[in-house]
Amino acid sequence: MKLLVCVSKAPDTTSRISFTDEGRSFDESGVQFIINPYDEWYALVRAIELVEANGGSVTTITVGDASCDPIIRKALAIGATDAVRVDTTPKDSTQVARLIADYSKNEGFDIILCGKETIDHNSSAVPAMIAECLDLPYVALATSLEVSGSESTIVTEVSGGTNNVTVSGAFVLSAAKGMSEQRIPNMRGIMSARTKPLKVVEATDVTQTTEVTEFKLPPAKGDCVLVDADNAEELVRLLREEAKII
Amino acid sequence: MSVLVYIPTHEGRATKVGLEVASYAATISSDNKVVALVSGDLTEDGGIGSTGVSRVLHFEANISDNSQISKLVSAAAKAEGAQTIVLSGNNEGKAIAPRVAISLNAGYVPGVTSTTGGKSFTRNVFSGKATAIVNVQADISVVTITPNSFGIKVQGDSSAIIESFSTEVGDERVTLNSFTPTSTDGSVPLPEAVRVVSAGRGLKGPENWGIVEDLAKALGATTACSRPVGDMGWRPHHEHVGQTGITIRPDLYIACGISGAIQHLAGVNQSKVIVVINTDPDAPFFKAADYGIVGDVFEVLPKLTEAIKAL
Ligand SMILES: Cc1cc2nc3c(=O)[nH]c(=O)nc-3n(C[C@H](O)[C@H](O)[C@H](O)COP(=O)(O)OP(=O)(O)OC[C@H]3O[C@@H](n4cnc5c(N)ncnc54)[C@H](O)[C@@H]3O)c2cc1C
Repeated sequence: MKLLVCVSKAPDTTSRISFTDEGRSFDESGVQFIINPYDEWYALVRAIELVEANGGSVTTITVGDASCDPIIRKALAIGATDAVRVDTTPKDSTQVARLIADYSKNEGFDIILCGKETIDHNSSAVPAMIAECLDLPYVALATSLEVSGSESTIVTEVSGGTNNVTVSGAFVLSAAKGMSEQRIPNMRGIMSARTKPLKVVEATDVTQTTEVTEFKLPPAKGDCVLVDADNAEELVRLLREEAKII
Repeated sequence: MSVLVYIPTHEGRATKVGLEVASYAATISSDNKVVALVSGDLTEDGGIGSTGVSRVLHFEANISDNSQISKLVSAAAKAEGAQTIVLSGNNEGKAIAPRVAISLNAGYVPGVTSTTGGKSFTRNVFSGKATAIVNVQADISVVTITPNSFGIKVQGDSSAIIESFSTEVGDERVTLNSFTPTSTDGSVPLPEAVRVVSAGRGLKGPENWGIVEDLAKALGATTACSRPVGDMGWRPHHEHVGQTGITIRPDLYIACGISGAIQHLAGVNQSKVIVVINTDPDAPFFKAADYGIVGDVFEVLPKLTEAIKAL
């Protein structure tokens, strides 16, 4: 099987979020970048497991500039076969999805796997958009994926429960928690990642359709009102009369 | 401005998130050019007219594949000349809306929390650690709204006019084998819940969740948990909230025995009111809380449940 995993760069979860350029850009100084956790822990690891069991290849694709190379090497160290980087600074999810679709349309991938969302923009948009660009079925928020021949059986999170679904042929999937367990790259993986192919391709001519004009930090919370542990009634009164929430 | 809103239904009625998107659409269209679109069973106007939306396009077949629904929404948007298309940001809407945006060459803004008017929208980014104002540069905007960010606004008891709508939506390519509900007690799904009682490692073990469930039941709340609790299998994965779990914005979030790590806060800090119960007065969660009790959950929760029941 021939699998494609979309891998993006994201700020580490403990990063202090701040902005520069009058609130127009994310301040990257001092920020540690990681593979977006959903891409790494779930999409990538499950793809590697499937190829280990059935044979084939796992290609990763990243839309980004050379600053993404360290996280791409990490994906290779975890076990991807090879990597592609579409060389541009992404502007919005439409552009990222169209660039990935343009690259993959003639490559014959069996499954295109993404994480369910990135932890910076949280859009959950790219996988569905790739599916639309390539006119493929899309299965969102998958927590398990089993492949047998050209049939895939997937468990997905839907409102109020889970669906068990089947898809025949190629499709796009977004991976959520439950799909697989995080893998720490071993020494052999790290060594071999250095020589695995990382192909840099030029971006096709795709324009953005949205623009962030300003980022803002949320207003600081007021002080926490402390209530005595023996006085649950007082907390209930505050919730009812002051917060008017119950 | 012409607005098209896709409204999910259940047994012929608009769902709660469906009424919320209808309410939102009615507020962004100053000249009330809102058209609702519904697929599958519909009883009368499904309750949609009460939100001020006066026309409903009805596609009769029951479809659930996101590629089919997106074809339907795109066709209706074209037929109506809609400039803004609104869907719920629930699990289904998040899978449909981006497809619609591609098919209409539109700009896509997911998880809108407030509107600045026109083609400018505010949304949460960095897992709730910041907000962004996003401008759509294309002619058409496709947006989703995060459940429970606007609420349902009932305008009156008028009913909407139903018009039948048909179009070619292609074949179903994702076949449903079975559906398993997450809750058997009928509680609201976590992403839509208005009240949430959440617990962490401070509960010591899965056998102690009775006090959490009792409080949730008394409040009509849904239960949630911190990540280690989900990872250790004390609670099901779908209850895990935070940066790598579900992001929620209930009216009331009660955190019991949760330290308030940055990754946990990211998923819950948009809650309107946060209550923290923790033995450690220095737990970081108190800094993000509106109300707090420094105390032992095993003593405080039963008392709180009683006090709620006494209301
Ligand atoms: C990449 C990454 C992503 C992550 N994503 C998430 C995420 O999405 N969601 C998430 O929740 N975490 C996430 N985490 C983990 C996070 O950093 C914390 O480890 C986690 O939230 C801690 O869970 P906890 O508060 O339940 O446990 P602890 O940190 O162990 O806190 C337990 C709390 O209970 C209190 N306590 C103990 N006994 C009692 C008692 N009897 N009564 C009252 N209070 C008591 C303690 O004082 C303590 O504050 C992530 C971590 C990483 C590295």
